[in-house]
Amino acid sequence: MEKIILFAPLVGAIIAGFGWRIIGDKGAQLVTTALLFLSCVLSWIVFIGHDGTLQQIHILEWVQSGVLDSSWSIRMDRLTAIMLIVVTTVSALVHLYSIGYMAHDHNFAEGVSYRPRFFAYLSLFTFAMLMLVTADNLLQMFFGWEGVGLASYLLIGFYYRKPSANAAAIKAFVVNRVGDFGFLLGILAIFFLTDSILFDDIFAAGPSLAETQVRFLWADWNAANLIAILLFIGAMGKSAQLGLHTWLPDAMEGPTPVSALIHAATMVTAGVFLVCRMSPLMEYAPEALMFVTFIGATTAFVAATIGLVQNDIKRVIAYSTMSQLGYMFVAAGVGAYSVAMFHLLTHAFFKAMLFLGAGSVIHGMHHEQDMRNYGGLRKKLPYTFWAMMIGTMAITGVGIPLTHIGFAGFLSKDAVIESAWAGSAGGYAFWLLVISAALTSFYSWRLMFLTFFGRARGTKQTHQNAHESPMVMLLPLGVLAIGSILAGMVWYGSFFGDHAQMNRFFGIPAHHAEASAPAEGVVAAGTDLAEGDVAAAADAVTKDVDGTDPTGAGEAHAEAAAPAVVPAIAPVGAIYMGAENTVIDDAHHAPIWVKVSPFIAMALGLLTALWFYVWSPSTPRKFMEAQRPLYNFLLNKWYFDEIYDFFVVGAAKRFGGLLWKRGDGSVIDGTINGVAMGIVPFFTRLAGRAQSGYIFTYAFAMVIGIVILVTWMTFTGGAN
Amino acid sequence: MENVLSITTFIPLIAAAILAIFLRGEDEAAQRNAKWVAMAATVVTFLVSLFILFDFEPGNTGFQFVEEREWLLGLKYKMGVDGISVLFVLLTTFMMPLTIAASWGIKARVKEYMIAFLILETLMLGVFMALDLVLFYLFFEAGLIPMFLIIGIWGGKERIYASFKFFLYTFLGSVLMLVAMVVMFSDAGTTDIPSLMRHSFDNQTLSVLGFTVLGGMQTLLFLAFLASFAVKLPMWPVHTWLPDAHVQAPTAGSVVLAAILLKMGGYGFLRFSLPMFPIGAEVLTPLILWVSAIAIVYTSLVALAQQDMKKLIAYSSVAHMGYVTMGIFSANQQGVDGAIFQMLSHGFVSAALFLCVGVIYDRMHTRDIDAYGGLVNRMPSYALIFLFFTMANVGLPGTSGFIGEFLTLIGVFQVNTWVAAVAATGVILSASYALWLYRRVVLGDLIKESLKSITDMSGREKAIFAPLVAMTLLLGVYPSLVLDLISPSTEALISQYDTALAQGGSPAAVQTAEAAN
Repeated sequence: MEKIILFAPLVGAIIAGFGWRIIGDKGAQLVTTALLFLSCVLSWIVFIGHDGTLQQIHILEWVQSGVLDSSWSIRMDRLTAIMLIVVTTVSALVHLYSIGYMAHDHNFAEGVSYRPRFFAYLSLFTFAMLMLVTADNLLQMFFGWEGVGLASYLLIGFYYRKPSANAAAIKAFVVNRVGDFGFLLGILAIFFLTDSILFDDIFAAGPSLAETQVRFLWADWNAANLIAILLFIGAMGKSAQLGLHTWLPDAMEGPTPVSALIHAATMVTAGVFLVCRMSPLMEYAPEALMFVTFIGATTAFVAATIGLVQNDIKRVIAYSTMSQLGYMFVAAGVGAYSVAMFHLLTHAFFKAMLFLGAGSVIHGMHHEQDMRNYGGLRKKLPYTFWAMMIGTMAITGVGIPLTHIGFAGFLSKDAVIESAWAGSAGGYAFWLLVISAALTSFYSWRLMFLTFFGRARGTKQTHQNAHESPMVMLLPLGVLAIGSILAGMVWYGSFFGDHAQMNRFFGIPAHHAEASAPAEGVVAAGTDLAEGDVAAAADAVTKDVDGTDPTGAGEAHAEAAAPAVVPAIAPVGAIYMGAENTVIDDAHHAPIWVKVSPFIAMALGLLTALWFYVWSPSTPRKFMEAQRPLYNFLLNKWYFDEIYDFFVVGAAKRFGGLLWKRGDGSVIDGTINGVAMGIVPFFTRLAGRAQSGYIFTYAFAMVIGIVILVTWMTFTGGAN
Repeated sequence: MENVLSITTFIPLIAAAILAIFLRGEDEAAQRNAKWVAMAATVVTFLVSLFILFDFEPGNTGFQFVEEREWLLGLKYKMGVDGISVLFVLLTTFMMPLTIAASWGIKARVKEYMIAFLILETLMLGVFMALDLVLFYLFFEAGLIPMFLIIGIWGGKERIYASFKFFLYTFLGSVLMLVAMVVMFSDAGTTDIPSLMRHSFDNQTLSVLGFTVLGGMQTLLFLAFLASFAVKLPMWPVHTWLPDAHVQAPTAGSVVLAAILLKMGGYGFLRFSLPMFPIGAEVLTPLILWVSAIAIVYTSLVALAQQDMKKLIAYSSVAHMGYVTMGIFSANQQGVDGAIFQMLSHGFVSAALFLCVGVIYDRMHTRDIDAYGGLVNRMPSYALIFLFFTMANVGLPGTSGFIGEFLTLIGVFQVNTWVAAVAATGVILSASYALWLYRRVVLGDLIKESLKSITDMSGREKAIFAPLVAMTLLLGVYPSLVLDLISPSTEALISQYDTALAQGGSPAAVQTAEAAN
């Protein structure tokens, strides 16, 4: 069943991509969408039926060289199951939605079949994303990682005649590659230290890596921290964290369904997934986790400030995505991996819906994206308005304080902020997240007020022709709306509830609270380790994990493990939290003011937005004029693009030109030609005369003769 | 078939002889006959070479299908393949029919053109099979001549300069190798390659002209071979002949040059430098690793600045060869496996990229990037294939390009993390220049008048790319096809190398000991 989930989208992509001439535009759309719904239904069956135990399904050998061993395989645990439903649900709905959204496109001439290509790309993306989340080793994950990068490149550049789209596509790919550079080095370092890239071996090596020092570049590093930071650099690229975020807003050049699927709900969360997936390693890398928290919190804040002043509806949501991703990283960074996954799940629903809603507005407004030309649309687009309203309430976190009743974002964002309070010393992350919550509320409501309230702005004709979207687009909005309302309340207990509930959900056998009495398997392992019988210890704990070979890792790290009775095999469970990690408990016991602070922030943001855009619409302009430099600073996105263009992109091109003209031309050719200067002109002159004559052949015969003669003479001479 | 190696090697030569002797005239029929004879010969060669593949025993790390007989003047004719060379043989026979098919549009001197390629094939196959030093040298050097002619006669405007640059660079490199071979013969008393691999050359520290040479004779011999292989591969900074040669060569010439001729350098390192001069190799490993890393960054940056499509791809080739040398001199299983894999993969991918340039060059007669733009509007199939190989070139996982890059990086990381980190920036730079090229040529609106009537790929052109696409994907998804064949031999090579180092005493260790005294 897992294999069907995984490969159905690939089959769809191939059929639509190569067979559309036979099955037609309609056929291609139907086949891909139907296969995605099949994947989606099966994913839900797997998710609901999953009992938390790990399953590993082998498909095919992949790279095998010496001790390096990797294969195509599926790792089924709770993390995978969560990602499966997120990816396939959003993807299936986006496929359905796209049938309506892509029905007409002014970017293509009449008669050009662009739809099969679009659906093939969407399905290809889904396949790559599923490969990423089901990976059982870092290499397959990297395959998916780069595969979604490719799909993202193709879809951002879907309007291939637009220069801006092409530029954005390259930017997305290359900036992601900067992150991948870190990811790749992380994989190399892991293999160097553990002789394996299989998750089981890496997870088992966590404790010993924490004790290992490794020389990397100019310094000695703690191995666990080094690896964690390198992998996180990869996550920063994919999840658009500060420094490597510049591609995400530009990626909005792609069609809106793409933004919803790739640049909001799924691909950009891959980085969060990576950090959670690597939790057994992250737990031993405290400095790296602090770095994750710092970057996450800063990103959440910076992105929110930029989002305040953007006028393009999609860009506002894009910065909002970036900001929310920062929230997830903060949760992961303080060790509350389940909370990060919780926010990832709820965010997928409400952010996909906000994007699809924005798409519906753009569709209805004939591809107008500037909010300054919207206004008063709630009567023209009533269903879209209500969907967006639900999405906005979800993202800003509307709910009843101190209860577990509220929209999805209320529960997950509060969980993140409480975890941040519990886990971040000094409160840097906590305070930035609370401020960001107010900003989030402001720009989200600003979007709503500018779009749906007030009087109509922009050209009259656009507004007159504005129309509600067809049912095929509204239906996905409805489904996502239900998710945005309920997802938080339904799964609150599983992700952020009491120990028993969470452990059952994630398949964790023993929680830290009962660390003094670990599961039987672990005790057995400890005892066996003391006796040096590593294989037996490994078997004792991994008896329900088929197909693993923990002996290698066990042997390598037995020394480090033996004294401290730490299991030298992979910890069981989809996420791992060390014995000292009590962040979830601490978050539960956070004081009242912490628990209500996000709600207050949300209310402040809402009131400000009301004041600025409903009660007193002239205020924003006055404010902008009074704070011109600040406004420009935010409008220009803190000038990241300009700085990068000048110092990185431009510098690389200039340097490349210099190396070519000076390095290759003057220095290398100059030197070598200089040495051979007596010979080259002679030959070229000779050849110049000889081009069509016999001298050419003759000169050549001579050279051959010399070669043979010299060879023969030297060897026979040497033999004597 | 006992003589399967010789049969494979000499079928093209016989076909060339038949063409030279029996084919007369320059009319259309004669041209067509020349093409078909060449095509038939290369296809038959490929089919025969499949017997080598099927009968090859991967577990056997020695040489297989060995043929040995006396030759003139007491020299030996000895051929054989092992896990390291067998796939290069297959690569050669696989690529040649595609090369001939890509030359179908040639109009001038078709007979001579085909003869040159057929002779070239024999010589290239000989290089990968020869087990005697003299025989190897003859094949290795003689291969220059047909390539020189192909560039010099059927090349572009600057072909004379390019062909001489090509010839002189590689030839001057070879002279040093020749000297080294003479020294080897006088030291070991044999030219038999397997015997030489077992022979241990002197590694006592020498003093030459006041310079202290760690590793002694081995280091000197290593350097002499390095001179030849580094030019051939090519390694930075002796790579500058390659862009010129590629730019001027006809499409098929570029294909053979990139796919096969460059690989002789890498093959040489594996056949001679590592097993025969292990201590010399160890002394110079840091230098070579750094040169490789610089090559990757340097040539990638230079590629960014190019205006000529072929030059850009040529520089990208040099960068990819940087991974090869880096992998080889990591001297561990992953590194060497990766280097061989990278060479095979690059054979398919770079050949395909040069063919991609050829497709539009045949239509527009320019390689200038600025002359294109928006081709996707009229050439969707071409856009797809070009994109596929662009992605393979930047090492997207799932294509063969990734496996080689990844394995060589993982190999070198275990030796030197600095080199690994510098080389890994190649993943960023390659994406930049390759996607930028793709954008400027293929994407955008089609506004240039000259391109308004350009046609998409013909059936013949698609048929040439199909096998390359298949191989690139197949090896990317299931690399065991290659790795299972080469691993036992590379493992043997590595263990032999490590043993030799352990016995010979690492010169670095010796030096420290001396310093302590």
